Amino acid sequence: MAQIIIYPTTSLILSDLVRRFGHEPLVMMEQIREKINTVGIDSPPLNITGQEPKKGLKYAAVEVPAGVRGRMALVGPLIDSAEAGIIVDEPDIAFGCMGCARTNELTKYLIRQRDIPLLEIYYPRTEDEGKEFVKQIATFLKELNNNSKNSESEEEAN
Amino acid sequence: MIKISSEDEKKKDNITRIIVTNSESMLPSDVMMKVYHSSSDVTAKETCFGTMINGPIESVNKVVEDVVSMDPNHIFVKDRGFLPGDERRCRSSRGGGPRPGFHFLREEVNTLPLISKGLEAYYKGESPSSGFEAKQKLDAFKLKYIIESEEM
Repeated sequence: MAQIIIYPTTSLILSDLVRRFGHEPLVMMEQIREKINTVGIDSPPLNITGQEPKKGLKYAAVEVPAGVRGRMALVGPLIDSAEAGIIVDEPDIAFGCMGCARTNELTKYLIRQRDIPLLEIYYPRTEDEGKEFVKQIATFLKELNNNSKNSESEEEAN
Repeated sequence: MIKISSEDEKKKDNITRIIVTNSESMLPSDVMMKVYHSSSDVTAKETCFGTMINGPIESVNKVVEDVVSMDPNHIFVKDRGFLPGDERRCRSSRGGGPRPGFHFLREEVNTLPLISKGLEAYYKGESPSSGFEAKQKLDAFKLKYIIESEEM
């Protein structure tokens, strides 16, 4: 089972498909759950405190807006721990209230910079595209399983 | 020094999942009945876009597995960070309006019929007749035609 970073990071479809085909999706909701359930001085904790923009400095420069750095403090660790990734390019909904465009660009850039297996795809608009969408994701995730089994057997052989 | 009570510890092990139904043979109320019948240590809340289930990880996973097995290709599940009815998200305490994240969820729910068909085809071993079509930019002449037809 591999840890898969998905973009959009809150996607119902992607997180369901990744879990359905036997892997663990790395999603923003998990980060939020951990954050709001961790007892601290500001209890109940706020979404983003003054600490997040500081943590975000690992992923974005100081002149980048605090909002982007704050978001990256949550998304960045997910990207760091990912073993593979699935990016849905140009989702219509990303233009609007799904966070800010700069954070989305930076997230995709950092995923692409990691040397991990990556699938880039579009949201389906027709029935045929829906079939192709599921098929591509399923094939990609099954290949990951095969690769991990092969590397395990190689390690055992050594 | 911050005191961590046993209740806080318990909270940390709790998870919330959203179950979205996109089935012609099942209603969200059927999902709720299945949850009630499971007699697990979970709390469930029915909303306009699905059912939220909160509780210890093992119990939630078991209930979700039972519910999904009713119609695997038409029931979809995702995690949720906040508890059901959390004041920071629940619209009853935020003066109404859609809660943050609702629009994206609704957009994806509209795509679910295509995903369900894709899953059915995948498990049957059918392959799509055509792949993805490249998105076309709106032709300038077509745009001009639309503007002029609006003015008429």
